[in-house]
Amino acid sequence: MRMNDSTPGVPRTAEGTRLDPWFDSYAARAHNMRASEIRALFAVASRPEVVSLAGGMPFIGGLPLADIGEMMRRIIVERGEVALQYGSGQGDVDLREQIVTVMALEGIVAHPDDIVVTTGSQQALDLVTTIFIDPGDVVVAEAPSYVGALGVFRAHEADVVHVDMDGDGLIPEALETTLAGLASQGRRVKFLYTVPNFHNPGGVTMSLERRLRVLEICQRYGVLVLEDNPYGLLGFDHEPLPALRSMSEEGVIYLGSFSKTFAPGFRVGWAVAPHAVREKLVLASEAAILSPSNASQLAISTYLDHFDWQGQIKSFREQYRERRNAMISALEESIPAASWNVPEGGFYVWLKLPPGLDSKSMLPRAVTARVAYVPGTAFYYDGQGADHLRLSYCYPTPERIREGVRRLATVIDAEMETVNIFGTSGDAVGGTVEFPSPDMA
Amino acid sequence: MDILILAGGLSHERDVSIRSGRRVQEALRDHANAVTVQDVDTSLIPALRSGDYSVVWPLLHGASGEDGSLQALLELLDIPFVGTESKPARVAWTKPVAKAVFSRMGIATPEYVTLPQSLFREVGAEQVLDAIAAKFGLPVVVKPAQGGSALGVSLVRQRDDLARAMVHCFAYGDVALIERAVIGTEVAVSVVGTGDDARALPAVEIACDGPYDYDARYNAGRVEYFAPARLDADAAAIVSSAALAVHRALDLRDLSRVDMILESDGTAQVIDINIAPGMTETSLFPQAVEAAGLDLGEVYREIAAHAASRGRV
Repeated sequence: MRMNDSTPGVPRTAEGTRLDPWFDSYAARAHNMRASEIRALFAVASRPEVVSLAGGMPFIGGLPLADIGEMMRRIIVERGEVALQYGSGQGDVDLREQIVTVMALEGIVAHPDDIVVTTGSQQALDLVTTIFIDPGDVVVAEAPSYVGALGVFRAHEADVVHVDMDGDGLIPEALETTLAGLASQGRRVKFLYTVPNFHNPGGVTMSLERRLRVLEICQRYGVLVLEDNPYGLLGFDHEPLPALRSMSEEGVIYLGSFSKTFAPGFRVGWAVAPHAVREKLVLASEAAILSPSNASQLAISTYLDHFDWQGQIKSFREQYRERRNAMISALEESIPAASWNVPEGGFYVWLKLPPGLDSKSMLPRAVTARVAYVPGTAFYYDGQGADHLRLSYCYPTPERIREGVRRLATVIDAEMETVNIFGTSGDAVGGTVEFPSPDMA
Repeated sequence: MDILILAGGLSHERDVSIRSGRRVQEALRDHANAVTVQDVDTSLIPALRSGDYSVVWPLLHGASGEDGSLQALLELLDIPFVGTESKPARVAWTKPVAKAVFSRMGIATPEYVTLPQSLFREVGAEQVLDAIAAKFGLPVVVKPAQGGSALGVSLVRQRDDLARAMVHCFAYGDVALIERAVIGTEVAVSVVGTGDDARALPAVEIACDGPYDYDARYNAGRVEYFAPARLDADAAAIVSSAALAVHRALDLRDLSRVDMILESDGTAQVIDINIAPGMTETSLFPQAVEAAGLDLGEVYREIAAHAASRGRV
C-alpha cells in the first residue's frame, strides 16, 4: 500500500486501462460484488488440513449413497425423457403433494397449488425479494441474520433494520419498538425475515408464545412475515414447534428446503405463499429460470417415496446431536473466557468472544492455525457483530471438532495477547462477506 | 514440453495463487504440449516423482511458495524448476533482510524498522509507537515482515491509528516492518532472465483511487494502469536499472517483479520484490509483457523452456 502523487516533469498523456472495459456499465449494486481479502482467506478452508467450522455443510456422508446412486440411475433409465426435459414453472405436482406431507410435520396445512418449487430456498428468498423490494425499502430481520439472506437483500438494495433476539428468539417488544419507530418516520416495512427454528447463526428457537406475539404485531403493523425454515425438523430433544405459517395463512410466506433434511446438491427448496403472492412468485421464477430442475425434483420425489426419509432425518439428528455435544464440551474445556448458546437443533453455535477481540481481525491468525469460522460481521447489515463468530458443527467429525476448538483456543489466546499489548483490537481484514460464497453461508 | 504448474498451497494467498496458476495454464495452452496444475499437498511428491513433465513452475504465493521451502524440496528431488533457487528465495522473502541487501548495494529503499511483537510486550507498546512516529513522522506503512498481496498492510496517517494497524499486522505474522511512506509515482518493473541476460520489461504505473490494497489489486476498476508507465526516457531508465540491480543483487532467476515508487527527485525507492509475481487477470507481470509487445504465452514458454534446459540441478 503506497501513496500516489504526480512526479513533476513526467509526461502524463498516455491512456491507462482499468482492465475491465465494462466497468462504467455495471449497475450500481454490482460495485459491491468484489473479490475481497476476507473471501481470499476462506480459500484455504476447503483444504483437509484446515478444520472448517465455517460452512453449514450437511453431513452428506451419513446418507446411503450407493442406494441413492442406484435410484439416480433408474430415474435416468426409466424416466429420462421427463427427468431431462423442461418442467413446470411452479414445480412438479407430485413433489408438491409430497411437500404438503413434509410440512404437516410442523403443523402446516397447505394445498399443492400453494407451493412453488425453487432451486433451493435461496432462490425462493431471491424471488420474494424481487417481487416485494424496491431500492431503499425496509426489511426487518433478526440481529444477527442468515448471511445468504442479507446478500439477497443487499443485491436488491433493500435497507435491513435488525431487531434483537435472546434465548427465546426474536424479542417481540423490540420488534414493536422498531416497527413503531419506522412507522413514525414514514418508512414502509415490506416484510419481517425470520429463521424461527435453530437460527442461523444464533442457534436459538423462537418460543411458541413469541410466535403468536410476533404474528400479532406484524398483523397490526401490516407487515408480511417471511419464515425461513430449513432446520425445523433437526431438533435434538423436542418435537418441532408449529410453524408461523401454521398460524397464519395470509400473513406468512414460508420457505422450506430439502438441503438439510436430505441433500443440498439437488438444490430443491420451496415457497408457500398466499394465492396472489404465489402467482407472482411463479411468474418471477419462470422469468428467472423457466423451471426448476426436473431431474432434481424427480430425485427428491423418488427419495421421499422409496426411502425411509424420516428415519434418515432421525439419523441426522443423532449425528448432529453428537457433534453439538462434542463442540460444547470442547468449548467448555478450551475457551472458558468466551460465551455461547447451546443449540437444541440445527447446525450452529454463536460464540461471543472475550472482551476486546474482533473476529474479523482475528481471522488470518485462525487460517494460519488451520481452523476456520465465519466472523460475526457477516450476519449483520450494518457492520456489527465483530465480537461474535459462528461455529458450525454439522460437517466435521466429533474428533475434528475437538481439534478445531483446540486450535481456535490457541488463536484466541494469541489474539488476546496482541490486543492486550496494544490496548486495542486490530483493523478489520479488508472487504466484507456481503456476497457470501457457499462455504460461508 | 510438458509443464507442471504448482498452485494453491496453504498460505493466506492460496486464492491468488490458484488464479495465477489457471491464468498461466491458459496462456501456455498453445505453446506447450501439456500443462497441468497441481496443488501442494500430499499428492505433490508422487506427482513430482512421476516425471511426467519437463519442468515445474512454482506459482505459489506467500509462505512455503516464496520463502524457499518449495524450492528447497525441488532441489532435494533434483527437479528442474522455473524461478529463483531456495537460498536467494529465502533472502528475498524476508523483507528486512532484502532491504538490508539493497542498502549494502546502494539501492534506495524507504527507511524502516523491523520489530517483533515480543518487543512491544516487553518494553511497552505505546512508547515504541511514539518512537516510531517521532523517527519516521507520519504517514508510515505497517506490514508483515513476510508475505504479499498487501495482506496485513496498513497506511497509517494518524498516531492514534498505529496500534490498530500493528494488531492487524501481527494477525498475519510475528514480525512487523514499519517504513516511512514514500510519495511519488508507483511503478512495477518485471524482469525476465537471469544475471547478465536479465532484461527489464516496460514499467507498469499504478494510479489508484486510494490505497493499493487487496481490493484494488484483485478487482478491476479501482486502479488505472499505465503500461508502459507515463515516464520520460530518463525516468524509465532509472526504474529499469533499479529493477535489474535488485534482480541481480538478490540472485533472482528467470523472472521477478520489483515494486517501486519514483520520487520527484528521480530516486526510485524499492518497496517490494516478488520472486513469484502474481499472474492473475489484474496482475502487473502480464501487463508488462503485453506492454513490451510480446505474446504472453510465448514469453511463458521461453521462461519454462529456459528452466527446462538447465536440466537436473
